[in-house]
Amino acid sequence: MRVELQVNGRRAEVDVEPRCTLLDCLRDTLGLEGTHAGCEHGVCGACTILVDGEPARSCLMLAVQADGHELTTIEGLSLGPGELSVLQDAFCETHGLQCGYCTPGMILAAHALLARTPQPTRADIVEAISGNLCRCTGYGQIVEAIALAAERLRSANIKTGET
Amino acid sequence: MKPVAFDYVRPTNVSEACALLAGDDGARIIAGGQTLIPLLAMRLARPTRLVDIARIADLAFVRDEGEDVRIGAVTRQSVAERDPIVATKLPLLAKALPWVGHKATRHRGTVGGSIANADPAGEIPLVAVTLQATITVQDAAGSTELAAGAFYLGPMITALPEGAIVTHIRFPVWQEGRTGAGFHEVSARRSDFAFVASAAQVALDADGRCAALGVGIGGASDTPVRLDAVSEALVGSRLEETEVREAVVAATANLETVDDLHASATYRKRVAATLARRAILDARDEALGGRHAR
Repeated sequence: MRVELQVNGRRAEVDVEPRCTLLDCLRDTLGLEGTHAGCEHGVCGACTILVDGEPARSCLMLAVQADGHELTTIEGLSLGPGELSVLQDAFCETHGLQCGYCTPGMILAAHALLARTPQPTRADIVEAISGNLCRCTGYGQIVEAIALAAERLRSANIKTGET
Repeated sequence: MKPVAFDYVRPTNVSEACALLAGDDGARIIAGGQTLIPLLAMRLARPTRLVDIARIADLAFVRDEGEDVRIGAVTRQSVAERDPIVATKLPLLAKALPWVGHKATRHRGTVGGSIANADPAGEIPLVAVTLQATITVQDAAGSTELAAGAFYLGPMITALPEGAIVTHIRFPVWQEGRTGAGFHEVSARRSDFAFVASAAQVALDADGRCAALGVGIGGASDTPVRLDAVSEALVGSRLEETEVREAVVAATANLETVDDLHASATYRKRVAATLARRAILDARDEALGGRHAR
């Protein structure tokens, strides 16, 4: 089936089988391997992307269901090659990642939170990433990273959402 | 690709969807897919065709009809969660929705999908049974209404006729002046399947006495259960903690609870009584605080 996807602001026309998940389509067809395949049945959150700005699990969507939606993957957050967004930078600074497997999903879940809630409480942050498993950090530094990014974005002169 | 190969069709209206279902025994409905896609990935579901109803615009709405609020089947859970009508008219549903899965699954999962899926631990079916909602289903012959209490027959088993689709759910709006809701759940980790959940809605009269009460238990048995005996025992009372405790313990004594590797039947029964008490008392306090006063 031919499907027209909007990924990171670009149009991509792909030919996929109906049974192909959006996750497999992003990784194998479009080469966007920043979206990680973890459990592939909706438990771990590693494959989290943004669908119309809201976090969703790309392993729990078929590519054919995604046409017409705005999709954002981790590749769509950085401002340019070699650059990091404020949120990504905060993850590096607070050691919010170790092996990095959960990180793209964590960052997109946090990105959606900060776009809606510029001044999140600790509880808001914990709730926002509660669907994303991390087996390295113990979550402490991830929460710290998101709080730091929120603070920087508030004090910086940039529009919310452009994290 | 993990699922078996299947066809994918996207009908534009309900009649077309019903015709597609009727024409193929192996066809299944997909809306949000948050339960079906994992089943596909594990090949526990092997449909020949998926009929995607998620974009049928007639099925996505939240409508205030005075006596009740109607929610279209493909209304996404995250949309219902943010809906002002749900927040003001259906305090119990508003309280339960944040417990449904995770933010990321609520963004795709639908209200009707959760109703039709009939997971014994599902929060939306529990609210539907507790509030005595009505589920409207449609097939090629026409549409029928089913009481939520009669809709759930067993784990993932409903009275939905073959070839029929849930089109919308009618949740009654309580007209009493002071209404409050309470929701409690115990699970292994945040947003995991509930071992036990309890939902309660309470309305108080001008004198502070209980005018109406609905309380239900989910996750503990094969289907969500409404504890009618508690309503009978407590309407007219002041919902003092002792009488609430006695009523829920008596009503849950004969509850048939599930025994599995997560929790024993005895544990579930004890937790059911405790959570029901907490849910009722929270609902009472909220009604007293007048947060949902109209």
